[in-house]
Amino acid sequence: QQRRQRSRKMCSGGTLSILRSDSYADLSQYRDQHFRGTRYEQERLLRKSCTLYVGNLSFYTTEEQIHELFGKSGDVKKIIMGLDKVKKTACGFCFVEYYARGDAENAMRYINGTRLDDRIIRTDWDAGFKEGRQYGRGRSGGQVRDEYRQDYDAGRGGYGKTVQCQ
Amino acid sequence: RARGRPSNGAAGVVGAGQPHKRRRTSEPSEIEERLESLICRVGEKSTSSLESNLEGLAGVLEADLPNYKSKILRILCTVARLLPEKLTVYTTLVGLLNARNYNFGGEFVEAMIRQLKECLKVNMYNEAVFLVRFLSDLVNCHVIAAPSMVAMFENFVSVTQEEDVPQVRCDWYIFAFLSSLPWVGKELYEKKDAEMDRLLSQTESYLKRRQKIHVPMLQVWTADKPHPQEEYLDCLWSQIQKLKKDRWQERHILRPYLAFDSILCEALQHNLPPFTPPPHTEDSVYPMPRVIFRMFDYTDDPEGPVMPGSHSVERFVIEENLHCIIKSHWKERKTCAAQLLSYPGNNKIPLNYHIVEVIFAELFQLPSPPHIEVMYTTLLIELCKLQPGSLPQVLAQATEMLYMRLDTMNTTCVDRFINWFSHHLSNFQFRWSWEDWSDCLTQDLEKPKPKFVREVLEKCMRLSYHQRIIDIVPASFSVLSPANPVCIYKYGDESNRSLPGYTVALCLTIAIKNKASNDEIFSILKDVPNPNQDDDDDEGFTFNPLKIEVFVQTLLHLAAKSFSHSFSALAKFHEVFKTLAESDEGKLHVLRVVYEVWKNHPQMIAVLVDKMIRTQIVDCAAVANWIFSSELAHDFTRFYIWEILHSTIRKMNKHVLKIHKELEETKARLARQHKRRDSDDDDDDDDRSSDREDGPLEEQIERLQEKVESAQSEQKNLFLVIFQRFIMLLTEHLVRCETGGIDVFTPWYKSCIERLQQIFLQHHQIIQQYMVTLENLLFTAELDHHILAVFQQFCALQA
Repeated sequence: QQRRQRSRKMCSGGTLSILRSDSYADLSQYRDQHFRGTRYEQERLLRKSCTLYVGNLSFYTTEEQIHELFGKSGDVKKIIMGLDKVKKTACGFCFVEYYARGDAENAMRYINGTRLDDRIIRTDWDAGFKEGRQYGRGRSGGQVRDEYRQDYDAGRGGYGKTVQCQ
Repeated sequence: RARGRPSNGAAGVVGAGQPHKRRRTSEPSEIEERLESLICRVGEKSTSSLESNLEGLAGVLEADLPNYKSKILRILCTVARLLPEKLTVYTTLVGLLNARNYNFGGEFVEAMIRQLKECLKVNMYNEAVFLVRFLSDLVNCHVIAAPSMVAMFENFVSVTQEEDVPQVRCDWYIFAFLSSLPWVGKELYEKKDAEMDRLLSQTESYLKRRQKIHVPMLQVWTADKPHPQEEYLDCLWSQIQKLKKDRWQERHILRPYLAFDSILCEALQHNLPPFTPPPHTEDSVYPMPRVIFRMFDYTDDPEGPVMPGSHSVERFVIEENLHCIIKSHWKERKTCAAQLLSYPGNNKIPLNYHIVEVIFAELFQLPSPPHIEVMYTTLLIELCKLQPGSLPQVLAQATEMLYMRLDTMNTTCVDRFINWFSHHLSNFQFRWSWEDWSDCLTQDLEKPKPKFVREVLEKCMRLSYHQRIIDIVPASFSVLSPANPVCIYKYGDESNRSLPGYTVALCLTIAIKNKASNDEIFSILKDVPNPNQDDDDDEGFTFNPLKIEVFVQTLLHLAAKSFSHSFSALAKFHEVFKTLAESDEGKLHVLRVVYEVWKNHPQMIAVLVDKMIRTQIVDCAAVANWIFSSELAHDFTRFYIWEILHSTIRKMNKHVLKIHKELEETKARLARQHKRRDSDDDDDDDDRSSDREDGPLEEQIERLQEKVESAQSEQKNLFLVIFQRFIMLLTEHLVRCETGGIDVFTPWYKSCIERLQQIFLQHHQIIQQYMVTLENLLFTAELDHHILAVFQQFCALQA
């Protein structure tokens, strides 16, 4: 049985780099600036992570909807909703953790860039949830992107915070 | 003959990636990368013609042969195996190389034969077919002599004369022979018509005598109209017969080698060495039979180019190539969509229809799709983005057709249709012409069409929210709309205060809100009487359904806000759960209460059951028994029930694999430890110290061995319970129908028997281990023939 497996690898060990291409599942350029540790350590964690960051959610999107959608690429272990630091209400992002990395990879390949609650959502590898990371890092308590944006987005509290304060 | 400047090989190729610095040589690995890149990219969109690109590449490779021959051989063998959709591009390339360098051609053929033998040895049969096809097209490129190819096919077909071998083994050799003929049939027939006629006649008699019991299990529709779901060898045979009748004229395949005929016919050919098919062994696993999925024909696109008929060889080649493109690019959805849409022959064939048909063929394939289901949804969305003016219409037409034929569609395939359609709609604001489907409103709710719409709407709701679904369907569809997913708390109203346990429920509510501990909960529950028993045991911890009811109802109601709230509740009061659900009856009752509380919210039931299995509050067998219990009979045909059951089986399977892996890893660690010790000290043997070192690992291995055996036994028991319950349920129905003189084939019966089939198909690898037990214990000759047929069809799949 082992010999067969080794032979299989030799046989299929000649793969082609154009067929190895897996751009959707590769690491993006983004690195969490608040990560405690070296860049090397961060990338090591990202490469074996089973956790995805999910962004551009509507404030009204529920854990149930996220579970249904992300359950299509495998068994979901845990969902942690992103919260406004002040209001403690949903502020448009979450973490989805799978039991198996392969399932997270399939989410990156087939769920990233599709719609949830009519919005194109974006997924990216996350080094792993740590207490505190469920809060938005914007000055007003939500996500940074909602501080400065100029457009009106009904699913994300209307205008950006700076615009609202004018 | 060569023209212009002689080639410099890959090292000197401008634009091959390296800026043209004044270097002596590039790194060998860079050269190999460049070679691979050049070879893989030939045939892609280019300013020059394919012919001139091939010629140029042949020159480059010829120049590199002295230094990089083995690498070039490896790359070419690999593209033959992994890029079958570009078969004729690469056979042409090999032909040109062979014309320039006869020895290289010979070495390539030898390498291919070695690769073919390796593939067959390690059960890579699907890739082996591509290698055989490549070899046969090399006949067209004057690399391989036709008579030697015919000889190889004679050896293939003679496998059908072997005794005591599985039918699927002979099937593969016949398939490898027949499926090469669209490419090389003409040439072989011209050179060796008598031998070919003999081979075809032997093939025909094999196909006539092979058994096809397995076919009904693999068909997407049970009806033969409008398109019969043919067994794959039958379909291919019809296609080859038609090809022969057309005197082997085949016009679809792109054959770049035709442009080089004058060069290639000067080349010397090689003879294939005699090829003996490797014998059948116990470890041989051949591909399962297939049914060819067809949903379109030439009447479906009256405006566009004519779709090749179901028995035309063009249809076969197009479908093969489109499947190969998906196989090559499944990880890269944009590339995959682009490659599918740039399949040559765009204006001669209704490409969009072929693509949609091939994608649904994979999505509905039994036992399972080649790739994860969600891939197909996203691929179709990418295709819609690239062809917004045409593809969405074809998809809508396909959806309509699938809806119309729901009455005869296999239940598993209906599941996949539901999942695909609801997910697809959620990406397009749920826009659909529901009124077109109002015919389903007048039908009995258990009939396939209204059932389908109900399940779709329920899934749509899971991806959005209840009011959204009410808004998107016409008012007349409200009878099919999903229930508002709210929790039902039996102790909620003052009017329920006469219910036994009501006061305890109130007490519990207050306690839990005040962050009570498990112990406090136990002491509150101690006061709950046991309606079941008169003889008490002192602790009162035997099965007490009322205790379970009060506790589970109250807790789930308090934690109803979200999944996370419920999971926290399960975690916090894990101890109470474990104690109350210690017995089998306890586990069953917990599941019953969960259902009572959350019957409006099937998604919540599913996630709670999942969590309870993972935290060992209930076990898999309890879930199986609960699903077949009379309390759930009303929901028995609903999709969510089967999602729960299959998820449960999968968890069991993964658990067994996980422990097995742990055992193998620990054994490997022990082996490495031995090796280290053996290599370290030769003369300083101290047996006692080595034993001491081994001790803990050996103990661990023994423990894990026990764990594996117990897990495997639990797994087997789970399947036996499921099969047993199916048999009981189906037998009951059959007996009732027989004595009542009513027709057996109710919608419920069709659904149930197909669910039984689904168990076999979806977990066939595991179930193969239990064949003897199943045959002797459950699926015996006394069983009603309707039920036994399912088992026999399953046995026929690997026979």
